[in-house]
Amino acid sequence: MRVNPRLTDKIVRAGLTFQALFTVGILVLIVAVIFVKGFPYVTAEFIFSYPQDMGRLGGIFPSVVGTVFLGLLSIACATPLGVGTAIYLTEYTKESSLTRIIRFGVESLAGIPSIIYGLFGFIFFVIKLRMGWSLLSGTLTVSIMVLPTIIRTSEEAIKSVPKNLRMVSFSLAATKWETVTRVILPSAAPGILTGIMLSIGRAVSETAAVIFTMGSSLRLPTSIMDSGRTMAVHFYILAREGISMEKAYATALVLVCSILIINIVAYYLMHRMIARYS
Amino acid sequence: MNREDFDKEWIVRLVLLLFALSSLLFLFIIFIFILTEGLPLFYKVGVRNIVLGMKWAPTKASFGIFPMIISSFMVTFGALVVGAPLALACATYLSEYAGKKTKLFLKPSLELLAGIPSVVYGFLGVVYIVPIIREHLGGAGFSILSTSLVLGIMILPTITSISFDSLMSVPSAFREGSLAMGATKWQTISRVVLPAARSGILASFILGMGRAVGETMAVIMVAGNALKIPTSLLDPLRTLTSNIALELAYATGDHRRALFSTGVVLLVIIMGLNLIANFWVKAKVAK
Repeated sequence: MRVNPRLTDKIVRAGLTFQALFTVGILVLIVAVIFVKGFPYVTAEFIFSYPQDMGRLGGIFPSVVGTVFLGLLSIACATPLGVGTAIYLTEYTKESSLTRIIRFGVESLAGIPSIIYGLFGFIFFVIKLRMGWSLLSGTLTVSIMVLPTIIRTSEEAIKSVPKNLRMVSFSLAATKWETVTRVILPSAAPGILTGIMLSIGRAVSETAAVIFTMGSSLRLPTSIMDSGRTMAVHFYILAREGISMEKAYATALVLVCSILIINIVAYYLMHRMIARYS
Repeated sequence: MNREDFDKEWIVRLVLLLFALSSLLFLFIIFIFILTEGLPLFYKVGVRNIVLGMKWAPTKASFGIFPMIISSFMVTFGALVVGAPLALACATYLSEYAGKKTKLFLKPSLELLAGIPSVVYGFLGVVYIVPIIREHLGGAGFSILSTSLVLGIMILPTITSISFDSLMSVPSAFREGSLAMGATKWQTISRVVLPAARSGILASFILGMGRAVGETMAVIMVAGNALKIPTSLLDPLRTLTSNIALELAYATGDHRRALFSTGVVLLVIIMGLNLIANFWVKAKVAK
């Protein structure tokens, strides 16, 4: 039997539309559930007070502080390395077997699952270097984990800076480094910031790599040698050990909101970068 | 360039080179430390007794992780079965049917959703999917089915976004040529656009599988973590990643080494997947 192609066309169109709506629907539903269930419990007091009774009562202040520190310290370590690598790969060298090997290394780092970073951070920083479960161990582990993101986005950003800006700078007798710092980096800044924001997002949402390096102490971390738990780890423990559904939903809401805000800023910056040079 | 500038340039170049080499150094020490902790047990107990061993009782010198390897593959495949068709349909709709405004709105939203922490997916899986399976299909609810559903949904944004990019990179002349010959839209998509974007779509599936096989915390929450080879969709299971995360905090001695051995096996699987993905991407570039 020959099926009428025009009829098939209509059926397929309807089917694809339905599946696309269904896919987006599921994802929207996930965010909606977290918002609806968590909203009643999220108050300023919840964010700024200390947890009591393993998190059954009280708030999440120490984990908010732990998350902010982990995010900021990780990008403080990873950004110079990542942007430096991107500058080297794009401005200071031609494509060669060395750059191919470096790119291979970056790709491989990006493909390693977070639990392997957790294992590595645990044996290397926590045990061999005797840093213990601490903000420092967590920061160093997460910095390595987010490095590929920063390198890739910075490389893209630097590549998108038009060639003639470099030419003009060189023709004014600027050295390569002067050109990089005063012309290229300022022009590529929004793109580089996108990578930084996405990296903070990854640090904030990470659990497996963080729990085995930073530990899960409920106390407020006051030095980089203190253990602490991030919001994601706190949420995981609340949910997994069935400590409190209310607090779990509330923590999830704060977590998801932070991630969405961070990612929205990242995409806004990326669009500014694209709008600037295209 | 005066002498001072010249010296400075060399220092800058050297420092930047060292920065660039740091990624390789990190990769190297990660492998060294995972391998030095994980490999000795393979020598001591034998590769076969670990990789094909059926019994995991690390405190009694049984380090078999075969059930976990099988389980990891099963849920990864399950996630692909759940996620790939939906994600591909979504990507096809977005690139071929959706208007410009829908595209501008949906693509970034999908990418935002890709950032939702995996623990959130796991949590919602426990709260909604597990009880539904328990009540309607039987078993404890913690199962291959629940894990595949959670992982499948989790990898939707990743696969959609990458497939979409590869569909969009098919030149519009391909579509116009096909339509000009009287083909319908669907004939054009199924016989011209999808085949042209095939390698990119396959790469997106592989990346999705990489995310699913490496996922840990969400899986621990919904898989039930039992130590047998699951024989039905409703059986609980334990994956390689969850085995590491469940026991690392208190393991010592050979037990801890066995967890690193589990990590070695996981790394081998991930590297295999990445090699395949790279191969496909290269084939695409060559074309």
